[in-house]
Amino acid sequence: MKNSEITVVNSKRGLFSLNLRELWSYRDLVVLFVKRDLKNVYKQTVLGPVWIIINPFLSSFIFTVIFGMIANISTNGVPQFLFYMSGNILWSYFSSCFNRAGSTFLSNARIFSKVYFPRLVMPLSGILYNSITFLIQFLVFFILTLVYFVSGQNVRPNIFILALPIFMIHTAFLGTGVGLIVSSLTTKYRDLNVLVSFGLSLWMYVTPIVYPVSQVPQNLRAIMLLNPAAPIIEAFRFAFLGSGSIEPMYIIISVLVTAVLLTFGMLVFNQVEKNYIDTV
Amino acid sequence: MRENCVIKTENLTKEYKLGVIGSGTLRHDLQSWYARIRGRENPNLKIGASQFTDSDRFLALDSLNLEVNRGERLGIIGSNGAGKSTFLKLLSRVTAPTDGEIKFRGRIASMLEVGTGFHPELTGRENIYLNGAILGMSKAEITSKIDKIIEFSECEKFIDTPVKRYSSGMFVKLAFAVAAHLDAEILIMDEVLAVGDAKFQKKCINKMRELALSEDRTVLYVSHNMNTIRQLCSRCIVLEQGKKIFDGDVETAIKIYLGSDSGNAVSVEYDGQYKEPCRRNDIELLRAEYFEKTDNKFYGDEPVLLNLLWKNKADIKNLCLRIEVFDSHRYPVTAFIIENFYSGSCGDTASMRFRLNISRIVKGGYATRYIFYDKQNPTLAFENVEVATGLGFTKIMPEQNENPWQKSWGSVYMDKIEIDK
Repeated sequence: MKNSEITVVNSKRGLFSLNLRELWSYRDLVVLFVKRDLKNVYKQTVLGPVWIIINPFLSSFIFTVIFGMIANISTNGVPQFLFYMSGNILWSYFSSCFNRAGSTFLSNARIFSKVYFPRLVMPLSGILYNSITFLIQFLVFFILTLVYFVSGQNVRPNIFILALPIFMIHTAFLGTGVGLIVSSLTTKYRDLNVLVSFGLSLWMYVTPIVYPVSQVPQNLRAIMLLNPAAPIIEAFRFAFLGSGSIEPMYIIISVLVTAVLLTFGMLVFNQVEKNYIDTV
Repeated sequence: MRENCVIKTENLTKEYKLGVIGSGTLRHDLQSWYARIRGRENPNLKIGASQFTDSDRFLALDSLNLEVNRGERLGIIGSNGAGKSTFLKLLSRVTAPTDGEIKFRGRIASMLEVGTGFHPELTGRENIYLNGAILGMSKAEITSKIDKIIEFSECEKFIDTPVKRYSSGMFVKLAFAVAAHLDAEILIMDEVLAVGDAKFQKKCINKMRELALSEDRTVLYVSHNMNTIRQLCSRCIVLEQGKKIFDGDVETAIKIYLGSDSGNAVSVEYDGQYKEPCRRNDIELLRAEYFEKTDNKFYGDEPVLLNLLWKNKADIKNLCLRIEVFDSHRYPVTAFIIENFYSGSCGDTASMRFRLNISRIVKGGYATRYIFYDKQNPTLAFENVEVATGLGFTKIMPEQNENPWQKSWGSVYMDKIEIDK
């Protein structure tokens, strides 16, 4: 079988010449990268993959102590630990998608300088890998929720839990979209990296992770929900814990913002990838 | 594009900016930008440096036109910096051309490096899958070929061991085995064979040749090793400073590359040939000649007496000359330097005889390069005003030691070791 398709390489690249069909033909590579990462992250650690679960437990515990017990921030009657854990796992899913996409160019410079494959393979495998981690954490969270539910605590999972895949896609796309933009910028400006890690933790605090939206003063609430990450967290909590609310208008805004960021991110990424190896 | 043509490049050009690209930090770039919109001087510019000079840019590949046919085994040779690797990088789409275009038919599999994407923690088998997928194979394709790949790699025993435990030779063998079994119509290799042992090198070259002959694959191969080029290639191009200077049969190409072509000349008339571009071309070298010689062989302690004739295209003050010497593999051996030996006015021609003591250079054939340079005023840096390929010479030397000098020992004789009392 001879493949005789003609490919043309030149200096110009159309703004929208994103080759998704080519990306699809590299799907096996995406899967292999995910497998590689799964096999390697916890190599030479004592606890291995158990870390995936320990991480959110630890940080949720710390949040419970600091924000729940010491700062005494209300969680609307929801068990504190569960409240923090819900925000925690979704946020860490978001931030790891962001980080993976954001470091695409810098951390893969070596391999990118030697071989061509669609560069989007990297952030894509990042999404898949992080989704697996998230699902494991989520499973633990869900079991915990059921335990609280059965034992009669103030936890009310409802029909919206079926929207979990949508929550995930939304979160992953938002993180990746912003990450792609960052990745394209950091090839030239390394000092942006410092700003980015600072910005990310700032972003966490303006997102209702350690406090419920209902604790925010009424006049700030609208602005707060314009943050595209906020309505997702709020809706996620509503679905599984029954606290908070689903705000259709803000969710629509968030979806639109995500779509714009992701599209823009992919376009910039596509422009940067063709020559970045000369300047990295 | 003709049916039989698999790669076609038109005016393929790649330009690099020299020096630091941007300032690397956002703050400095913003400062420069802000200064520019206010019409002030850029605070980050080095004092005295002009903003855009020609020398800031460097053409790694200069309008290359090339057609490669199906089933050809094309060798690409040239000295370091000739643009070979840039060409392969453009072909394998690691980076995009500045100008011109490439058309190719089918898939390209490139091995610019051995074992790209190999992960030390994964086993040999897992790495075959990963590496194969990186090079563009699907999982099913790899599965159907994995036995052949493992067999070719000669690593059966260790295939389920992490590759970090492999010896470097095994690593190369495994990596090459994957590449050799790619389904791509075009295979690109950059000196990857240099690492394996002789037996495996031969096996690889045979495999490549077999792929080209029996399956009509096209192979592009870059190497400094002329033997492997001879064994593998059916056609060869020579690159020099980003330009194709020869395209044709392998032996002639190798001769041109090694410089043995102009081998026995004792004089050369430059009529625009054999020159390299330089920014301030204030001198035009017209003729170079060995004084009273009938061939370019120099015996023993005989010095090289070199006549150079040039014309001043501007007023010249304190001219300097450097004569660089290269061995037959184009590795630099040494350089002769004379500084501030000449001043003259525009339009004059000058002729001078230089004496070069080559007694310390070991026997063998050498190529040379003449570089004239000066500085316009004491505060500026030196700049080249003329660069030309020089006359070659052959050094003949009676053996001084019982054990004859080996080329691998180097190219310079030193004094005998003395016993220190």
